[in-house]
Amino acid sequence: MFEGTARAVDDVSFFLDRGEVLGVVGESGCGKSVTAQSVMRLIPEPPGKIVGGRILFDEMDLAAVPLERMGSIRGNRIAMIFQEPMTSLNPVYTIGNQIAEMFQLHRKLSRKESWKRAVEMLAKVQIPAPERRVYAYPHQLSGGMRQRAMIAMALSCDPEILIADEPTTALDVTVQAQILDLMMQLQQDYETAILMITHDLGVIAEISQRVVVMYAGKVVEEASTGTVFADPKHPYTHGLLRSIPKLGDRSAGDRQRLAEIKGMVPGLLALPRGCRFHPRCPEAMEICRERLPDLFSVGPGHCVRCWLYGETSGETETG
Amino acid sequence: MATYIARRLIQGVIVLLAVSMICFLIFRYMGDPVLTMAGRYATQQEIEEVRRAFGLDAPTHVQYARFIWNALHGNFGKSYVSRVPALGLILERFPATFELAATATLLSFALGLGLGVMVSLKPYAWQNRLVMAGSLGGISTPTFLTGILLIMIFSVYLGILPPYGRGETVTIGFWRSGLLTLDGIRHLILPAVTLAMFQLAVLLRLTRAGMREVLTEDYIKTAWSKGLSSRKVIFKHALRNVMIPVVTVAGLQFGEVIAYSIVTETIFQWPGMGNLILTSIFETDQPVVVTYIMLAAVIIISINIVVDILYALLNPKIRYD
Repeated sequence: MFEGTARAVDDVSFFLDRGEVLGVVGESGCGKSVTAQSVMRLIPEPPGKIVGGRILFDEMDLAAVPLERMGSIRGNRIAMIFQEPMTSLNPVYTIGNQIAEMFQLHRKLSRKESWKRAVEMLAKVQIPAPERRVYAYPHQLSGGMRQRAMIAMALSCDPEILIADEPTTALDVTVQAQILDLMMQLQQDYETAILMITHDLGVIAEISQRVVVMYAGKVVEEASTGTVFADPKHPYTHGLLRSIPKLGDRSAGDRQRLAEIKGMVPGLLALPRGCRFHPRCPEAMEICRERLPDLFSVGPGHCVRCWLYGETSGETETG
Repeated sequence: MATYIARRLIQGVIVLLAVSMICFLIFRYMGDPVLTMAGRYATQQEIEEVRRAFGLDAPTHVQYARFIWNALHGNFGKSYVSRVPALGLILERFPATFELAATATLLSFALGLGLGVMVSLKPYAWQNRLVMAGSLGGISTPTFLTGILLIMIFSVYLGILPPYGRGETVTIGFWRSGLLTLDGIRHLILPAVTLAMFQLAVLLRLTRAGMREVLTEDYIKTAWSKGLSSRKVIFKHALRNVMIPVVTVAGLQFGEVIAYSIVTETIFQWPGMGNLILTSIFETDQPVVVTYIMLAAVIIISINIVVDILYALLNPKIRYD
């Protein structure tokens, strides 16, 4: 059923420096994953389509290169790990086979050499007894181990960028911390830039240097991680931060309700006029209902898409 | 694995016993072979003599025990009609049926899988819609109709393929093969295609459904993100997962192929077991029919064991210990 064209991601712009960790945060359905998959050109066509814009990587526009050429970029220069370690590995091949495949494909190594390198990669992601685990099938490993194997696979060809799409969401809290530690350590060893996509501000605080906050397919705030936590500007970012439970917050007898952002992310086919957040915004003004704000600069490297911080000269939302 | 196969073999023996028992019970109610053998004008005394000569005067359970005992010694009795050992009669016909069934199965497996993958990649292309419509036709057309239509087109109108018989054959040991001569192969084409048609349609639809499902799996997205070529993603990462159900069904179908071959062999006058069994049923030739059914059961049990082994090879989650 086609109900019209939905722009899951609209005019999202950000940059990622060499070796930098950038966090992309937002609620479910705000376009984080679509953004990530677009960079890799993984959006299936049809039904999906990149209708405009550029994805610049090392002076190359990934949105415009022929799909055949993406083969030498995917996995080799930009790698990706996914949310569900349970289903992201092929159940009928050993993890050794799936990691060795990377070396055979991108490094043209022999089968034997590739398997040797696969064992080394498993050791790097701290999987115990890697020389035996290469022969394990995904179902024989726990979720955390599988995510380690995914990381080993992603980093095997020493990519310049690692896109991590909610890599810890499906894991136990203790395992989450281990995986994040591992990623940070490997990030320093390999000097890989990481695009960390998550809805978990805790993950952002731990790992990333800069943050892009997305809402309904638009970037609403962008700043360094410290700034976002210390001095958030956008009412949506405020809301996100307030909805994190804090330990020791319950002073005796005074149990506070956790703040929530009222309402839901709008459907992409029924986006509100004006600022996309205004129906849920506690500080909505008249102009918010009429016109979509620009990204206004409010400090060095700090931008906000909100009328509270800008002149009333923004573009008129027509769509 | 060895224990598993041993267990399956024991199960197989039990199934064979059950099958033979059912055969015997059915034959109690399926006409009296003595009347056929003694001839229409035999006297009552002559009839009794024939009955005694073939041991048919004994009670059913004695006859059954005698049958099992003989069967264990490789003796399935003599045909009431041609008076030669039933097993020999059937085995003589076995190569013809086997070659037909195997060719049909290979044909349907290769084409079903190939077309299924092709159709799944671009499900809305008009060529692929045409293939799907054709497969619906393949599923719904009965074998005898397909056979007759093919004869009409290729033998009667176009006159390029022979309509009946097995053509020239070459005998190697006990095996009479039609695959080694051009004439034999030309004779094989129409019956094999007829027999393959139904299986082909089923396998095609199964492969297509499986591929469309597997292609949306996360691990396929992972495979793309690794930079693999579409050939590798489709044939290495997706197809292997689709093969698991397809092999199961293809195995089960081989039994069906043997069953349907009775119809196909009749249409094309193919000198195989199916043709023999049909005649034997008309003549109440009990030993031949029972031997055939037992042999069919052995074949189907063996195929099931082979499928189980393939299953474990394809799906690492399955371990038989």
